[in-house]
Amino acid sequence: MNKTINQKAWFFVIPVFVLVAFNAIIPLMTVVNYAFQETFGNNVFMWEGTRWFKQIMLSERFHASLGRQFLFTFIILFIQIPLGIAIALTMPKQGVGVPVCLVLMSMPLLIPWNVVGAMWNIFALPDIGFLGHSLNALGFDYNFTQQIGDAWFTTILMDVWHWTSLVVLLSYAGLQSIQPAYYQAAEIDGASRWAVFTKIELPKMKKVLTIAILLRFMDSFMIYTEPFVLTGGGPGNATAFLSIDLVKMALGQFDLGPAAAMSLIYFFIVLLVCWVFYTLMMRNEGNQ
Amino acid sequence: MKKAKWVVPTIYIIFLMLPIYWLLNMSFKTTTEIINTYTLWPQEFTLENYKTIFTDSTWYTGYLNSIYYVVMNTIISVAAALPAAYAFSRYKFLGDKHLFFWLLTNRMAPPAVFALPFFQFYSSVNLFDTHVAVALSHCLFNIPLAVWILEGFMSAVPKELDETAYVDGYSFWRFFFKIFIPTITAGIGITMFFCFMFSWVELLLAKTLTAVAAKPIAATMTRTASTSGYELGLLAAAGSLTIIPGAIVIYFVRNYIAKGFALGRV
Repeated sequence: MNKTINQKAWFFVIPVFVLVAFNAIIPLMTVVNYAFQETFGNNVFMWEGTRWFKQIMLSERFHASLGRQFLFTFIILFIQIPLGIAIALTMPKQGVGVPVCLVLMSMPLLIPWNVVGAMWNIFALPDIGFLGHSLNALGFDYNFTQQIGDAWFTTILMDVWHWTSLVVLLSYAGLQSIQPAYYQAAEIDGASRWAVFTKIELPKMKKVLTIAILLRFMDSFMIYTEPFVLTGGGPGNATAFLSIDLVKMALGQFDLGPAAAMSLIYFFIVLLVCWVFYTLMMRNEGNQ
Repeated sequence: MKKAKWVVPTIYIIFLMLPIYWLLNMSFKTTTEIINTYTLWPQEFTLENYKTIFTDSTWYTGYLNSIYYVVMNTIISVAAALPAAYAFSRYKFLGDKHLFFWLLTNRMAPPAVFALPFFQFYSSVNLFDTHVAVALSHCLFNIPLAVWILEGFMSAVPKELDETAYVDGYSFWRFFFKIFIPTITAGIGITMFFCFMFSWVELLLAKTLTAVAAKPIAATMTRTASTSGYELGLLAAAGSLTIIPGAIVIYFVRNYIAKGFALGRV
């Protein structure tokens, strides 16, 4: 759409700008304050320069939680995106099945995150949980509170359970917007199912899939509540992702300086990845 | 091939429903049954857990608090985002692209980063432990999302609609409320759904900003889990009840989801 140049449009944006700035800029400045200074309370600050940043960048603890975070995000994207597309492709296109599927599939999205954690905790308990009991009955030695592999398996399964529906809903929306004429043309040309998927459906879903990947990347990268309730970051530190580690450092040990420096590095990584995504997305939009 | 199509969604839905069923199952059991035996459905069906929640004010006020700030946040977010999204979809202005990306970056900010400064900030302006504090803090991620979704829906409305209205002598605000908003109700429905959803499920900020008076239900649950040991039945009942508001919201927007998702960007 060709947009008119109108500087007065700023007046429309002011409420949003004020509300978000109120929440974003002032607290962020507090973080910056802590990141460069040492404090002993009572508003006494000493300039520390980049010491906290160096400390965090060189600390093995940060490297380990960052590594776990990337591994986790990569695994869940690798499972959820293809699975979400596959389910969206097999969903009914019309009739009573549509609202039934949509309502049931949206359910996990609207459950508070700590309830998701608590629910999976109960579900996976090795003695009285359905999942844990069944796996042990089948002969697996399953205990997510003690074995690292099981803790990861449960956390990933929980995230797949929780968020695949978002990918399904978005992909389904993308598929719905394809006009029937495309499919008819493909049928006349005798195109295979695979060709229809790669040549028609996938390109049409590109936009919503970018949003899906972006949202899933951001949200999985800041995951806190669910693994905190499910495993508490354990066993040991095996599932202590970035946010869990950060909160432990800031509110548990009250290491404000290093925690603030870590916050900024953390935020910067998310920002960088999203900026790359966003730029690519906008460039593609310009080409079409 | 064609006939077997329903298999995949059905298996997926069963997978989704299993943990929810297990939670419901636990909530109708007595504590002795939960601890001593493994049963696929309640042997001694009991409503005791639910009764505790509905009669104990520390429990049910948690629900009221949550609903109160979620509704407040949804209204603030959508009301503020409507004109802004219109500006982004219709006009070019100084710094528009940067502003849009800056808004999105707030959606990307990990709440863990903000938890401590928010606590200090809202305490210093005397808003700590109020519903307003939680509603405002959730604006951090809900307003950018609302702007993002609404902008998609508004851009799908042809600009001729605006121009015709002005030719017909409509003032801007009359056009905006009488014509424009009714044409994008599906988009507003979807946006409200997402705002409700992300405010309802968020716990970290809501827990950090409240102590007693505005404590959300989710925080009440974590406290119970840690202090009084293994009251799994009660925990399960409280968890099951948190699913209900979400289910009601989904039911109301189900047609919007099908229609709205197809229309706009999200």
